[in-house]
Amino acid sequence: MLVGVDVGGTNTDAVLMDGPALIHAVKLPTTPDVTAGIIDAMRELLAELPADARIDAVMVGTTHFTNALLERRELAPTAVLRLCLPATQLLPPLVDWPGELREAMGGFTYMVGGGHEFDGREISPLDRSEIRWAVADMRRQGVRAVAVSGVFSPVNGEHESAAAAIVREEAPDLRVCVSHENGRTGLLERENAATLNAALGELAGRIIRGIEGAIEALGVEAPLYLSQNDGTLMDADFASRFPVLTISSGPTNSMRGAAWLSGIRDGIVVDVGGTSTDVGALVNGFPREAAVAVEMAGVRTNFRMPDTVSIPLGGGTVVVPDPLRIGPESVGYRLTEAGRVFGGDTLTTTDVAVAGGRVQIGNPQLVAGMDASLVHRVIAEIQDRVETAIDRVKLSRDDVPVALVGGGNILLGDDLAGASHVLRPENSGVANAIGAAIAQVGGQVERVYSLEGMGREQAVADCSAAAIARAVSAGADPATIEVVEIDEVPLTYVPSNATRVRVKAVGNLPGLHRSAG
Amino acid sequence: MWQATENELESIAIGAGILGTGGGGNPYIGQLRARQAIRQWGSVDVLAPDELPEDARVVCVGGIGAPTVGIEKVRDLQSYHALRAIEDYTGENATALISNEIGGSNSVEPLIAAAMAGLPVVDADGMGRAFPEFQMKTFFVYGVPCCPMAVSDEKGNSVVIRETIDPRWAERLARSVTIQMGCVACYAVAPMSTEQVRRTAVPLTLSLARDLGDAVKTARHHGDDPLEAILSICPGKVLFSGKVVDLERRTTAGFARGSLTIDGLDAYAGERMVIEFQNENLVARRDGVVVCVVPDLICAVATDLGEPVTTELMRYGLRVTILGFPAPALWTSAQGLAVAGPQAFGYDVDYVTLAV
Repeated sequence: MLVGVDVGGTNTDAVLMDGPALIHAVKLPTTPDVTAGIIDAMRELLAELPADARIDAVMVGTTHFTNALLERRELAPTAVLRLCLPATQLLPPLVDWPGELREAMGGFTYMVGGGHEFDGREISPLDRSEIRWAVADMRRQGVRAVAVSGVFSPVNGEHESAAAAIVREEAPDLRVCVSHENGRTGLLERENAATLNAALGELAGRIIRGIEGAIEALGVEAPLYLSQNDGTLMDADFASRFPVLTISSGPTNSMRGAAWLSGIRDGIVVDVGGTSTDVGALVNGFPREAAVAVEMAGVRTNFRMPDTVSIPLGGGTVVVPDPLRIGPESVGYRLTEAGRVFGGDTLTTTDVAVAGGRVQIGNPQLVAGMDASLVHRVIAEIQDRVETAIDRVKLSRDDVPVALVGGGNILLGDDLAGASHVLRPENSGVANAIGAAIAQVGGQVERVYSLEGMGREQAVADCSAAAIARAVSAGADPATIEVVEIDEVPLTYVPSNATRVRVKAVGNLPGLHRSAG
Repeated sequence: MWQATENELESIAIGAGILGTGGGGNPYIGQLRARQAIRQWGSVDVLAPDELPEDARVVCVGGIGAPTVGIEKVRDLQSYHALRAIEDYTGENATALISNEIGGSNSVEPLIAAAMAGLPVVDADGMGRAFPEFQMKTFFVYGVPCCPMAVSDEKGNSVVIRETIDPRWAERLARSVTIQMGCVACYAVAPMSTEQVRRTAVPLTLSLARDLGDAVKTARHHGDDPLEAILSICPGKVLFSGKVVDLERRTTAGFARGSLTIDGLDAYAGERMVIEFQNENLVARRDGVVVCVVPDLICAVATDLGEPVTTELMRYGLRVTILGFPAPALWTSAQGLAVAGPQAFGYDVDYVTLAV
């Protein structure tokens, strides 16, 4: 059996799953001690574990590292070593960082000769003696982690690897991260991600060992996996090296869980909460990524969030009858005290849904006398707003399946425009934990290829091999790995035919047999 | 005269995005570079063409290369190096710089070189919008020679193109050099006289970009309609409003060509607009009838926030409003249309000025 845990801002959700069957689900308030919350949730689950069953793996999506960045605590003094000169000097490392975060990490930056052009030529030879000088300076300054970023390292990572080797030789105790291991083009964003990763490294080791120890203390002997922000898993060792990849895995886990619960691989997920509704598109079982970069604690990174549209409309949204206004205020989690059907005095969307006969909760008598035309208008307006949001995230004008999840889904009817059919899966309240539990182990690689001496097929094959290797190193069973996504974008204004290829490969956890989620 | 300080840069980026008519690329890096330059070397004086001294020597600088490469090997001070190279070659010192293109990130390139060189920038440019190629500048249409011009990289290499038989050749040769230089170079054209700037540049466009951005920001802040705010600054009109339903994109010979289909909403319900683009938006048809055509400006902005939407960021479902602005008069003459009219882009459409 599998345990999936997802730590959110408000709740920590956990599920116990036996293959496709949900055995038990737990929802606890998230505590300041995140690890303790994970363990409390697991303890409750284990009480439901059948006597003859065992736990095969524990999957955790956590906010530990997001919190560390937001609170700027336990970050290692970190240096950034950029291989670039004479290029890119006007925008040195950490250039657009919030001052406090920069200070929390020491703000040590170095630029030296090295790096590559878009077609793989060197900008200049790697300046080894300058790197040695920089490392000596880092040691004097008390630096404990280094991010190495080279211009166009997604095209050629050799300079970064060579620079990292020099750092290790000169200062074996420094933790080194190279940016091409999380390679997407976009120097500043990739460098920022590598820097955050370096700064979180020490903490990651402690936290992950802490979770492993606590799991063991519960008597569970099973490997730990952590959720990555692209909807796949990595094992504990890999996660200790790449803690930054855990950041913002929550929204992805929710959408993956909804996909799995509803059986929809391509379609729309509508998550209606108490205050807002998030609508996103699924492609091949994974959320579609937003085109714009994600900011983490005020720092632009090269990670992508699910591309969702959020509207201020949920089960607790306040309705003002005359003139009619729906939201954006919401009573939120206080719905069960403030809502009319629960004896409160605030008219909410849930009260209108009850009056309209969409659902029976609370005391329907308390809204029995509501004006029928008002009920009709409110229900139509809610439906219209959600239909507009669905239309905004759709990939084409064809009707597609829609999964309605979240407690507020009772506000909506089955006749949504744009939907080929509407599904309301059970247990959608813990979709995020299910998303963690059902994930496969993945690897994603993006590189830029010059197609001068190489065909497109060759470029895609090379990138695929790199993605598969990465999935293996993240802990996937090599025999089960498949490439699930290939994205190729030719570079404009470059007549010499350069192209950017991104490949994602996923595989099963060793010893577990199941099909792609 | 006014001063371009750090505060103006965000507004200029929004305005330059609108005037970029779908092209011009991601403004983030350009804005950040200008901010760094101004922080390091101080703010830049901006002079209207009328305020230029009679004996000014004005150098046009701009970026050349691939935006997709520019996010990785981010530009440095190439425009400053190109400025120094052309000064050396011609033996003349620049007394002011001017933008080649107000649309997109090229709008701030002269601010960077000017901050470092301690020179003012002219409130004008060579397009009044964005165009994909070097030769498409009002300067060259009205007889300013495009050569000699210098192309510089970040390493210390500078190439001077001494003479070409026409500006197209200058574009072709400069682009070949740029590719060898690693695809993020800058160029500088031999100095223009005050008379040439006043006669051939599109005037007051840097302040226009700033004012457009200010208007959008103020409207957002007060919850007013950003589209009305845009139209109050720059005379033009709403061509259409709706949602993107189809996007056909292909990259040919390094250029992103394609078409964008928008189904009407609200006042435009039941109608359809199709826009042809080649990096920039070039022809807009409403239910099959041409309503706006290059060199007039066809600008797509997000209906709710007034944020300019480049062709790269277009996708199904986006709510966009299409604004049309008449082209600067310098483009609508016979000479102007020969370089940047619909036929120059391969469309069998006659140019008719957008009635506002």
